[in-house]
Amino acid sequence: MEKFTTLKSTAIPLNIENVDTDQIIPARFLKATDKKGFGDNVFRDWRFNKDGSINSDFVLNKSEYSGSILVAGNNFGCGSSREHAAWAIVGYGFKVVVSSFFADIFKGNALNNGLLPVQVSEEFLSDLLQKIESNPKTVIEVNLQNQTISIQDSDLSEHFEIDAYKKTCMLNGYDDIDYLVNNKKQIEAFEAQKTY
Amino acid sequence: MSKKTLFDKVWDSHVVSTIENGPQVLYIDKHLIHEVTSPQAFNELEERGIPIFRPDQIVATADHNTPTLNQDQPVKDALSRQQLKQLSINCKKNNITLYELGHKYNGIVHVMAPELGITQPGITMVCGDSHTSTHGAFGAIAFGIGTSQVAQVFASQCLLLTKPKSLRVTVNGKLKNGVLPKDVILYIISKLGTNSGTGYFCEYAGNVFEEMSMEGRMTVCNMSIEMGARGGMIAPDETTFKYIKGRKFAPKGEEFEKKVAYWKSLPTDEGAVFDKEYHFDASDIEPMITYGTNPGMGIKISENIPVEENASFKKSLAYMNFEAGESLINKPINYVFIGSCTNSRIEDFRAAANYIKGKKKAQNVTAWLVPGSKQVEVQIIEEGLKDIFDNAGFQLRQPGCSACLAMNDDKIPQGEYCVSTSNRNFEGRQGQGSRTILASPLVAAATAVEGKIIDITKHLN
Repeated sequence: MEKFTTLKSTAIPLNIENVDTDQIIPARFLKATDKKGFGDNVFRDWRFNKDGSINSDFVLNKSEYSGSILVAGNNFGCGSSREHAAWAIVGYGFKVVVSSFFADIFKGNALNNGLLPVQVSEEFLSDLLQKIESNPKTVIEVNLQNQTISIQDSDLSEHFEIDAYKKTCMLNGYDDIDYLVNNKKQIEAFEAQKTY
Repeated sequence: MSKKTLFDKVWDSHVVSTIENGPQVLYIDKHLIHEVTSPQAFNELEERGIPIFRPDQIVATADHNTPTLNQDQPVKDALSRQQLKQLSINCKKNNITLYELGHKYNGIVHVMAPELGITQPGITMVCGDSHTSTHGAFGAIAFGIGTSQVAQVFASQCLLLTKPKSLRVTVNGKLKNGVLPKDVILYIISKLGTNSGTGYFCEYAGNVFEEMSMEGRMTVCNMSIEMGARGGMIAPDETTFKYIKGRKFAPKGEEFEKKVAYWKSLPTDEGAVFDKEYHFDASDIEPMITYGTNPGMGIKISENIPVEENASFKKSLAYMNFEAGESLINKPINYVFIGSCTNSRIEDFRAAANYIKGKKKAQNVTAWLVPGSKQVEVQIIEEGLKDIFDNAGFQLRQPGCSACLAMNDDKIPQGEYCVSTSNRNFEGRQGQGSRTILASPLVAAATAVEGKIIDITKHLN
């Protein structure tokens, strides 16, 4: 897994609530047996019209917006457990997703793929969206060590929470398999004396 | 001793160790896998040279990406065929039991595991599928995981997790005629919203759940994830024990009695405290339908769509081509789907058949009935329900996830409405541009017969 420390980038505002994983990556693209190529189909049915032409109204297709931070509405990533959603977002080039609330499974999947979910207050999210929409060149800084997200050239900044263990994993590029495999003896001992 | 919830008892007995200021290592008893979310996990282990730790605790089935017609013939779609082949190769190579397409135990993972007695009270179960919450109906801790976690369980039979908070939803009273378990859960989600359960495990309590069959309890627990809860649970009782007894992988004889004695110790202690509690009155629940693009956007079938000002609500209604404030009664419907891990068990088809018997499907309607498993399919035929469906013009297909997520060819066309017994009404879920209306098998059956949404409450008794 790739390490994550700090990121300075412009951001793309996806001002929609309850973005579900079927929108992030529709089921018909889940037939692959590897992790490659999902970025091409991220938000497929929002990015493209039914006839395959580009939907120029969708924010990812607006030339003024770019960057590796996605800022989305409340309850991002709800629905299916498909990790393909995280692979698609990472594959498209995002490194951070900001929202006021994340669905559990998506959040875990993101963290397991080096994609940092930054949960902010409703108020900060609304300020952030407004800043980006009024000036797409707005630079956002995310610092994982300090657990802060700030909007450059403004006094707007907020602390975000992350599990201490997951933070260490992200900072160092470790994943859970490393930890679990190293603890096999303990797991075997547990199996030998299970009480249920 | 401190009072414990059902969830606490099962969770605490599975904790291998705790990382200081961090997650716990939770032992997983049963790992269910399918073709869509497992291949990358197999690859991961292979690339890292890590063997599968406990292959005998894994059970595989093919369900998400399978055709529901001509299952005896090679799968037409090349990518789907390859994905199914990969599952067979991976299972064979790693000594994992697989119920592949056509096997007598094949079926949707959340239908076949309970009916084989794999699902039992007090165990921990995971699957790379968010509706794994279904198995909580037995008093198991069961939840969906991502593919990285599938790899973790392959490697260690464990997961690193922070213990979720506890939530209890209590429904007491008498359910009205025509109100099915699906209506109960759609009602709860419509009241609580799609993220009220995030970060929680939910226990369902009260006489309504106590009096429900196992099939009904599974329907309820299945949709826990639609209010954000990773899992749902119902205390095991005589109904649970009776369901499990005699099934293929259920404990036998003295072992079964020993297990039952243990299972009886699992229900939440009187006085145990939950982080959050909700109470509902059963008599307020009516047959439900959804009008929007998330499962929380549900109303009683006789109610009008609410009027709200927020942008996401308006976007949702625009997608559905509905007006705020209007009623859905008499809306013409051309597609009806009865199936999915929510409502594809024998009881669901009995409920549908009971209404359909002696009637005919409306001319304009395409009605697909997709059983949850081969065993359910056999039962439908043996109980004579297939004859009722055939005579009424419904099409009984072969088992699989089918039009719930439309990964296979079972897609609802662009712009069409589908009254569906599945669990998600997200944009395009049942096919690009399709519009899903979630409902119970009874409401779905009635819609198919009438060719439009009707107020089912006026057609009963």
